[in-house]
Amino acid sequence: MILQALIDGVLSGAIIALGAIGVTFSLSILRFANFAHGDLLSIGAYAALFVVLFVLGGDAPSALARAMNTPVGPFSFGWSIVPALIFAAGMAIAVALIVDRLVLSRLRQRTAEPLTLVFASFGLALILRNLLTLLFGHDPYQFSREIQMAIRLPLPGRVLVMPDQVLVLAITVVVLVLLAWFLQKTRHGLAMRAVAENPVLAGVAGIDITATIRMTWIVSALLAALAGVCFGITVQVRPEIGPNLLLPLFTAAILGGVGSVAGAVIGALTIGVAENLSALVVPGVWRPIVPFVLLLAVLAVRPQGLFGPRGR
Amino acid sequence: MLSYFVYFLTVAAILSIATQGLNLQWGVSGQFNAGVVGFVAVGGYSLAVLTMPPSDQLLVNTHLPFALGLIGAVLISGVVALVVGLLTLRLRSDYLAIATFGIATSIQVLVNNWEPLTGGSRGLVGIPRPFVGLGREGFGWAWLLMVAGFVAVIGIGLKRLLDAPWGRVQRGLRDDEVACAALGKPVVRHRLVVFVLGAMLMGLCGALYVAFIGSTSPTEFLPILTFQIWAMLIVGGSGSLSGAVVGSLVVWGLWTLSGAVIVSLLPPQWQAQGGSLQSILVGVVLVLMLLYRPRGLLGRGS
Repeated sequence: MILQALIDGVLSGAIIALGAIGVTFSLSILRFANFAHGDLLSIGAYAALFVVLFVLGGDAPSALARAMNTPVGPFSFGWSIVPALIFAAGMAIAVALIVDRLVLSRLRQRTAEPLTLVFASFGLALILRNLLTLLFGHDPYQFSREIQMAIRLPLPGRVLVMPDQVLVLAITVVVLVLLAWFLQKTRHGLAMRAVAENPVLAGVAGIDITATIRMTWIVSALLAALAGVCFGITVQVRPEIGPNLLLPLFTAAILGGVGSVAGAVIGALTIGVAENLSALVVPGVWRPIVPFVLLLAVLAVRPQGLFGPRGR
Repeated sequence: MLSYFVYFLTVAAILSIATQGLNLQWGVSGQFNAGVVGFVAVGGYSLAVLTMPPSDQLLVNTHLPFALGLIGAVLISGVVALVVGLLTLRLRSDYLAIATFGIATSIQVLVNNWEPLTGGSRGLVGIPRPFVGLGREGFGWAWLLMVAGFVAVIGIGLKRLLDAPWGRVQRGLRDDEVACAALGKPVVRHRLVVFVLGAMLMGLCGALYVAFIGSTSPTEFLPILTFQIWAMLIVGGSGSLSGAVVGSLVVWGLWTLSGAVIVSLLPPQWQAQGGSLQSILVGVVLVLMLLYRPRGLLGRGS
């Protein structure tokens, strides 16, 4: 039982990690708590769903569309997930850049007060969330109705995982490795880290702050879209994905230490495991409170998080 | 028609009390509360739990009179705010936003699931309503008068408070925290007091609302309420005491009207989406005000 909860926790934590990295970027590079970040995940999930269910699905799908939607191997989805992911990433990036251009960049120019940006993202979250409800309704969607066979892991007890979950975990690991390379070795990645460290100094050193902010949005939205699609495949797609995941995302970023990518991942895994362990003790309906309890504990004991810099 | 107008005014005036609380937190002190609905719900449920007639299905059976229930509700809201504030106010300013969002989420889960205390998803019904013996008309007018009295007393009290040295320290803190700290002002304690006071007003709003309606359930305290109160504050102009009242009337009027328009114009199969349209409207108002009229409709422009 405990082993199963631990494994489930790692699998669901991996998805939270993809989203939490964007939150930690926004807290450290853009310097505000982005309340609309959860809705970037929903946008990704719905965009992918749109491709799989509406473009390639529908009442009379062509032979090609049917072939693409046919499950591959042990998984519940077919090759259609690839164009769906690309479309999802494109949509999330487009929305992030448009929102930044139309609203956030204007506010950044006017004031240095981070709470103004928090406020704007709070209002934007409401708009994005309800646009999704307007387009797709309140009812939850599944990517596929295919039944998957669970895999029994060679561990003591009866530990089961779904093939989809394993693939999601594998994708997360690959993405994290790529991200680490991007941040350590590329010009854009180094620029992002420099701006996080000290925006004024980075500007003096000749780093284009505007371009770096744009790159931060692109990377964050890309990861968010991926997280949203992974969540949609392993759980379901609903307009409330955004607000429901917001607290786990914020908590993971703060628990890990703002600005630290490794911290966000460890924070996310901690939350995933804690949520699943809690289900052994209290009924599942209490699960949404777990991240908040963790958040209060972190703020009380170690507000800078596991890997955050000391002080504010 | 008249009785509906009295009802509308009463609800708008009750909501304006929460707006006044948010005005203290944001307009006066610059603190971002992303979970207004949580504190309103704490107040509302506290009043309900404290004043409910005795029943063996309930965990708490105090059956307090209305006035004591109201005081209890305000105090409990204050204690919840104190805990959140103590943990976050010494940290980054956006941590308070995150924590208040978290408390609202948690309280929603709590009222939905802690059945012996809150009645779960069915909520609590049969909460004793003051003035119910005065008949339909009398009940409406008595409530409007009482709530107007609350609004007036709170308005005058806040004005005195803000004109006093205490209020000047608050404004100074918002404008230049470092300078205030250098002058020896206890920054965190001042912030905490304003945050708790604001949350108590939100609790009072929830308590009055529940006593006015006579029942409560999780659907009375949906996340959209937070956005509505924010819209009321921003439309009225944050920082302005009369603006909070005017903004509440305007936004609540627009919300009610747009709801009526949607019901009468949209075909039945689209009705379920009508709420989304209203929410988008609130979001657009918030973002546009922030961009073009940051001082509110009544303020002096940007």
